[in-house]
Amino acid sequence: MSVMNTAIPYTVEARPETGLYNAKLGMWLFLASEVMLFGGLFSAYVFLRMAAAHWPAGSSILSIPLGAVNTVVLITSSITMSLASAAVKERKFDQFKVNLGLTILLALVFLSVKSFEYGMKFSHHMYPKTNTFLAIYFALTGVHVLHVLGGLVVNAYFWGPGSRMGQADPQRFANRIEIAGLYWNFVDVVWILLFVTLYLL
Amino acid sequence: MILQGRSFLRRCIFSTDHKVVGIQYGITALFFLLFGFCLMLLMRWQLAYPGTPIPWIGQWLGENRAPGGVVLPEFYNELGAMHGTIMVFLGVVPLLVGAFGNYLIPLQIGAPDMAFPKLNMASYWTYLLGGLTMLVSFFVPGGAANSGCTAYPPLADIATAGQTVWLLGMVCIITSSLLGSINFITTIFQLRAEGLTFMRLPFFVWAQLITSFLLLLAFPPLEAAGILQLFDRVAATSFFLPSGLVVSGEPLKVSGGGSALLWQHLFWFLGHPEVYVILLPSMGIVTEIIVNNIRRPLYGYRTMVYSVIFLGLMSFIVWAHHMYLTGMGTALSAFFQTTTMIISIPSVVILSCLFLSLWGGSIRFNTPMLFALSFLPMFGIGGLTGLPLGVATVDIHLHDTYYVIGHFHYIVAPGTIFAIFAGIYYWFPKVTGKRMNENLGQLHFWPSLFLMNGIFMPMFIQGLAGVSRRLYDGGAQYAHAQGVLHLNVGISMCAWLLALFQIPFIVNLIWSMAKKEKAALDNPWEATTLEWAAPTPPPHGNFREIPKVYRGPYEYSVPGAAKDFTPQSEA
Ligand code: HEM
Ligand SMILES: [Cu+2]
Repeated sequence: MSVMNTAIPYTVEARPETGLYNAKLGMWLFLASEVMLFGGLFSAYVFLRMAAAHWPAGSSILSIPLGAVNTVVLITSSITMSLASAAVKERKFDQFKVNLGLTILLALVFLSVKSFEYGMKFSHHMYPKTNTFLAIYFALTGVHVLHVLGGLVVNAYFWGPGSRMGQADPQRFANRIEIAGLYWNFVDVVWILLFVTLYLL
Repeated sequence: MILQGRSFLRRCIFSTDHKVVGIQYGITALFFLLFGFCLMLLMRWQLAYPGTPIPWIGQWLGENRAPGGVVLPEFYNELGAMHGTIMVFLGVVPLLVGAFGNYLIPLQIGAPDMAFPKLNMASYWTYLLGGLTMLVSFFVPGGAANSGCTAYPPLADIATAGQTVWLLGMVCIITSSLLGSINFITTIFQLRAEGLTFMRLPFFVWAQLITSFLLLLAFPPLEAAGILQLFDRVAATSFFLPSGLVVSGEPLKVSGGGSALLWQHLFWFLGHPEVYVILLPSMGIVTEIIVNNIRRPLYGYRTMVYSVIFLGLMSFIVWAHHMYLTGMGTALSAFFQTTTMIISIPSVVILSCLFLSLWGGSIRFNTPMLFALSFLPMFGIGGLTGLPLGVATVDIHLHDTYYVIGHFHYIVAPGTIFAIFAGIYYWFPKVTGKRMNENLGQLHFWPSLFLMNGIFMPMFIQGLAGVSRRLYDGGAQYAHAQGVLHLNVGISMCAWLLALFQIPFIVNLIWSMAKKEKAALDNPWEATTLEWAAPTPPPHGNFREIPKVYRGPYEYSVPGAAKDFTPQSEA
């Protein structure tokens, strides 16, 4: 049997017609499905709130300062993520390491603040089962926290063992960081929406 | 030796080759299909002869499910819920999308593999994990999920532990189909061979593309709903539990304030697109086979493509036709009634194109073609009986009766499952290099066709009489059901006979695989699409050289051409 060419096209360079490499299109599609996931959860929020006889103001239960701090933290981390992506495109690996490292640290800060918030709620005997507001609060932020955690693990991998590809195949590595950045920005946007709906509205 | 062993694992078990993944999906899903079918065979005994012990098999079911061989109501409910879940999510969709889609898409678009081979492998393994989770759920205390395959709360919220396992299984299945759909769409957009424009894609690929979009966008809201139901069950929240709920005379100790309707909205937002996930790939398979066997071009290829796109879009705004009885109000009902009527138009257009294609063809009646042809009227009956359901006033009478069961089974059983059989008979020579036996094929087809109708046609009559679809004894206690109860025996007989007549298929499959054929033909059906230009069976990487495409997918009997088919890759 003759040897077949099993290489998959457009893994690194873009397909001219679509202007995308495979992974980038894949990430856009994934984010589209994520929009629908959070869309489902947000519509549950709207539905429950409309049906409720009484709905507490977010600020009476949640701490706006802590939420605001976390918003700033995540927005900053989005900026550092973009800087990391830009740096790796120009093959400036030291800058890349610093910025991605900062992104990871900021994500850790976010998670710490979030767990502090959760802990405060629990210590005041406020659980998901206490009322519908808390239930949807824990569900929405819990799913979001999982997304932050996922992004954190991936970024840590690219910062650590995964960064070797930066020398061996810099273009492919730049692509990877680019789509990791897309994901991270999405997680950031979701948080902003969460902050507005749960804390402020 | 060790090296060889590892390469066997790599090649056949943990392979990233789309064809191996496709075959893995196919075999696993066929087993689930058979298993889900067997669950229904048990239910049919209880419906035909309520309260009598099931002969032979009854004693094996265990004292907590069927003491003395008589099925308990709780176990009956488990059977019903798991039959639906297994058939749809573990049988039919994995066959249509996981098996046929995986195997054929890269071949039909002239690609060496999927865009993300590792994701593809991961998709299969998460599917298997989800499936095993569902099987395990039969053995947790209280048995498997027993709140229907639609898992309606409040019942599902307070059901036995099996429901939690069901939700976990669903999360695996959803993840798997998410990975699959991202892969399929990327592959179709990015890896089409040179010259293969969108309007030259085989209709099957179009159908799979739209299906993938439905899976990608409709499943996540169900995942959201699943997460919320998990919260309700594990963290005692009340997303789907209204205030003041009383269970067995005791007020339920929850905060309340939730809404059972919320679940229904989220569920059917997936649920309706899901029915098109079942339908569209079947239409794709059937189209390929019919065009090949009429030896003339497809009538209205473009119209069919536009229809399928329109179907995909519309399927997102019809979901609440499953909820007319929930009191959601006449304005909403009127809206969803209108969209439901509109969505039936593109289905009819596609069906008409296929029927019109037959006109003037020199039809070859082989087994795949017989199955494909019978799909048309069977789907026709299923679709037409859907229209009355779409009208709110009529649905008030028909909702949750056997009429609904008849409606959708005409589409999924003699419709989609026949399309699957057609596809297996048709592409078997490409996958294995061997042909399946024609005589056994006919022995499979004709009885199956008659028995399928014997099962589902009487259900319309029972449904019109108002018999509910969820009764443990088939309605024996209701006066209005008395006139149509006797039909149950005939239906059950047909179901058991149908099981019997699947044996020729199983024998055929195994026997054809084992037999030795002289030289495998690359293109035994004289077809035009790219998969037939690949070596047989296609090796890793698929093509000797990446093909170029010069023409549309169905150039049969082109005037002036030497042969009655002109492959897409022929200059
Ligand atoms: C072509 C036009 C179609 C129309 C107008 C239509 C309409 C409907 C309506 C209104 C119902 C709700 C009945 C009730 O619960 O009272 C229904 C149920 C159902 N339909 Fe269709 N349908 C169509 C096609 C399909 C297709 C293609 C499939 C899929 C394979 C399908 C599968 C189902 C299923 C599974 C249910 C029952 C869901 C349940 O309650 O468990 N339908 N259909
Ligand atoms: Cu529907």
